[in-house]
Amino acid sequence: MQSLDQAQSEILRPVSSLFIITSVLCALLLNALPWKGLWLTLHPDFVAVVLLYWCMHKPLSVGVGMAWMVGVVTDVIDASLFGQHALAYTVLAFGGVVLSYRLRMFDLKKQTSQVFVILSLTYGMYALVHWQVNGQIVWNYFLGCLTSTLLWIPFSILFQSMRQMRVERE
Amino acid sequence: MIESAQSFQVSSRGPTPAARLVFFGVLSLLMMFVDARFHYLESTRSVVAVLVSPLQRLATLPSVLLQQGGDFFVMQSSLINKNNELQRQRERDAAQLLSAQSLRQENQQLRSLLALSQREQFTGQFAEIVYTARDAFSMKLLINKGSSEHMQAGQVVMDEQGIIGQITRVYPWLSEVTLVTEKDHAVPVQVLRNGIRSVVFGAGDTSQLAIRFMPVSTDIQNGDVLVTSGIDGIYPQGIPVARVTKIERDAGYPFARITCLPLGGADRHRHLLVLSVLPKLPARPDEQAAPGVAPVQEKKAEVR
Repeated sequence: MQSLDQAQSEILRPVSSLFIITSVLCALLLNALPWKGLWLTLHPDFVAVVLLYWCMHKPLSVGVGMAWMVGVVTDVIDASLFGQHALAYTVLAFGGVVLSYRLRMFDLKKQTSQVFVILSLTYGMYALVHWQVNGQIVWNYFLGCLTSTLLWIPFSILFQSMRQMRVERE
Repeated sequence: MIESAQSFQVSSRGPTPAARLVFFGVLSLLMMFVDARFHYLESTRSVVAVLVSPLQRLATLPSVLLQQGGDFFVMQSSLINKNNELQRQRERDAAQLLSAQSLRQENQQLRSLLALSQREQFTGQFAEIVYTARDAFSMKLLINKGSSEHMQAGQVVMDEQGIIGQITRVYPWLSEVTLVTEKDHAVPVQVLRNGIRSVVFGAGDTSQLAIRFMPVSTDIQNGDVLVTSGIDGIYPQGIPVARVTKIERDAGYPFARITCLPLGGADRHRHLLVLSVLPKLPARPDEQAAPGVAPVQEKKAEVR
């Protein structure tokens, strides 16, 4: 856990926008994999996790607008209602940006519990729209929220180490 | 004074996050409303769909490669077995097909004698499932043929066992198929055994369909096969849809609660058959005569 704290406190170089865009594209790709059956129920929302990471660490370059655009793309990929994911990710990005200073002060374990709240809000927003339009709530859907939260620590470590590697190389 | 107060803010770039939240939130809500009610955004959607289609192809690549790899390492003996089995099936089917042809001839003759309109023949086009939608809510899948191959919204999709669904949205190289199991998706059906007509509804669950308005006394049994009745002019007649699995006859309700198992396996195969568009039925006279008739009443008339 010490190394994690170190990674947190280390001063990281500015991230190139190419890195951000590539990571979001990778997340979209992971979301678009042909998930089936139980995996479909359990599959985490990679895009949400990656967006939240960037909103928290780079609130000036990735914000509500970018999250909204990614949401529109996700809507097209998922064939959901136009704007449904966009709305959910807008809420997500807002949470990430507003809480970014506060979240960055915590270590990863403490962050996770707060990230869970933001992700549940996002999932709740999506389910709410679905409930309004189709008149049913699929409770299984919220399992994805749990798995997404579990991804927070590995993804944060991965991105932090990637950002550090960039610093060393230069 | 005001300027200095503003410059004191840490994030002085553009509007505050709250303002952005409100702006994009309202924009999303507006888009959802327009999309759900007026379908104005289909062109925007297809433009974005073209942009993201390479990404979608890339996402399906691993499973395709895995499948092709599996195909490569298939045992010869199993291939021979399968081939023999198919051969046998073909012989069995050929006999039935011959009798079906003679029956069709006879049917045509009888119908022309009775001056009835001929039954429609339908042809199909094969398509492959690119992927299924990735959230537990939506009963949709995407197939690899789009408007470049003359796909149209409303075409019926089936596999060798039954109806899968209907094309609801067409992109240049992809089409979106809404499954019959989508909540409230209706298919007019007929019980194969005795010809009772009804409408079967999706229940929002992959393994369930429901018949809602069937009186308790109706002659319907477990195991009855439901086929399309062809009344709506969308689904051709006589394609299997579902098998009745459970009937609850509760004296407290006027209608029996009937649960069915869909026969088409959207989650089993990769290849599907897309039927060509059927010729339009003659327009319903009521609509022209009385445009003010409530649509609900018309639907009920269709059910009976």
